[in-house]
Amino acid sequence: MKKELTVSAIRNGTVIDHLPSNITFKVVEILDISGIESIISVATNLASKKMGKKGIIKIGNKSLTKDEVDKIALIAPDATVNIIKDYEVREKIKVAIPKIIMRIIKCSNPNCITNNEKAATKFSVLMKNPLKVKCSYCERIMEEEDIVIL
Amino acid sequence: MDFKNRDIISINEFSKQELLYILKIAGLMEKKPNPNLLNDKILATLFYEPSTRTRLSFTSSMEQLGGKVIGFASPGVSSVKKGETLWDTMKMVDCYADVTAIRHPLEGSARLAAEASSKPVINAGDGANQHPTQTMLDLFTIQKVKGKLENLHIGLLGDLKYGRTVHSLTVALSHFNPTFYFIAPEALQMPKNYLDELREEGIPFSTEQDLLKVSKKLDVLYVTRIQKERFPDPVEYEKYKGVYKLDMGLLPHIKKELKIMHPLPRVDEIDTSIDETRHAVYFEQAANGIPVRKALLALVLGKIK
Ligand SMILES: Nc1ncnc2c1ncn2[C@@H]1O[C@H](COP(=O)(O)OP(=O)(O)OP(=O)(O)O)[C@@H](O)[C@H]1O
Ligand SMILES: [Mg+2]
Ligand SMILES: [Zn+2]
Repeated sequence: MKKELTVSAIRNGTVIDHLPSNITFKVVEILDISGIESIISVATNLASKKMGKKGIIKIGNKSLTKDEVDKIALIAPDATVNIIKDYEVREKIKVAIPKIIMRIIKCSNPNCITNNEKAATKFSVLMKNPLKVKCSYCERIMEEEDIVIL
Repeated sequence: MDFKNRDIISINEFSKQELLYILKIAGLMEKKPNPNLLNDKILATLFYEPSTRTRLSFTSSMEQLGGKVIGFASPGVSSVKKGETLWDTMKMVDCYADVTAIRHPLEGSARLAAEASSKPVINAGDGANQHPTQTMLDLFTIQKVKGKLENLHIGLLGDLKYGRTVHSLTVALSHFNPTFYFIAPEALQMPKNYLDELREEGIPFSTEQDLLKVSKKLDVLYVTRIQKERFPDPVEYEKYKGVYKLDMGLLPHIKKELKIMHPLPRVDEIDTSIDETRHAVYFEQAANGIPVRKALLALVLGKIK
């Protein structure tokens, strides 16, 4: 039996599912999708068996880059990214925090070279939950609350 | 062990075996002059921040091995002034030199320089972060004056909060089964993350304010300067500055074999009367920069395997 869709169906695109309700809009923010012409539906506080309440984001005609998937992992480690082709779920990606985080976060040390010269940031992940990372340049260790997503 | 083309950026990247190997080569460098070892090689010393002693030590080491040195001693005289990025400067230096020693006020700069360069890069100090050749010469000195690195009781005294030398030395000595005594006013004690690390590794340590409480136990006392600017309250500074001024009055309270180290320059934390005692090894320590830097230059240039 075909399940009923809470928000409109898309032909091709991406569905980001299993977002904690309270960070749904934060995910919208970090994805920088405001310029997209296709359908974007954002729903939050949906009933979910697994999570109690969840959020979901559907974006027509867009596939996510690796960096975008990694950014989602940083703030919503239990999210699922569904790739929709011809109305069907073609692929399901379980997001995961990588061992090395490239580019997507900013070093909290103002005296770090990455904040003073155009250089891609790079962090090694010391701990995933709670997230704790170490800048590969200045060696500063950042805890979850210091982490700023670029 | 093959160090050819290796960058020397952070003490955290060296295993115990690698550190011991570098010290062994430094020992050989000290025994035997190798005036032609680096004959056809050029070292670039890029000092974006003045540090006469470190720069001269690198220069002298290179020249004693027959190599040549190019570079600048302060950014005012280089293209940096014209706003060239570190990345671009390194791309240019790559064409002129076989190895680079860099001192830069920003943390992480040496790592970025190494990524830009196809030649080995040696970090001669990146802001408050790392100065690995200092740590290696500290280890070399301890090994020489104590005859070993293992099982020593090490006191670290002064500004332990901001001092990168004591942070790196703590990390490096942790390979050698030490007992640490961190002696500093509360406000300048060792940062929590270093103490947590020691706890995790099961390395015994204590934090003290009073040197005399632990001085009798020490095999090595590593002294660093306390800077007035570091204190939020000038009254606090007045309270502590005298306490950590070592003079002859300390002698009855220490082991006969205690060795006192200091990365220099000192201001007044060690009275000159100590210089003539059997305890003072800080000038020897500074001199040890030469064999250690010679060893590193020869190793990263692949002239010693
Ligand atoms: N064509 C479509 N347009 C919009 N949303 C879709 C489309 N197809 C599926 N979805 C949504 O994508 C998500 C994943 O769909 P799927 O059919 O795999 O559900 P599921 O079996 O509950 O998956 P999971 O086990 O990941 O929870 C659901 O939220 C679903 O509503
Ligand atoms: Mg579901
Ligand atoms: Zn950094």
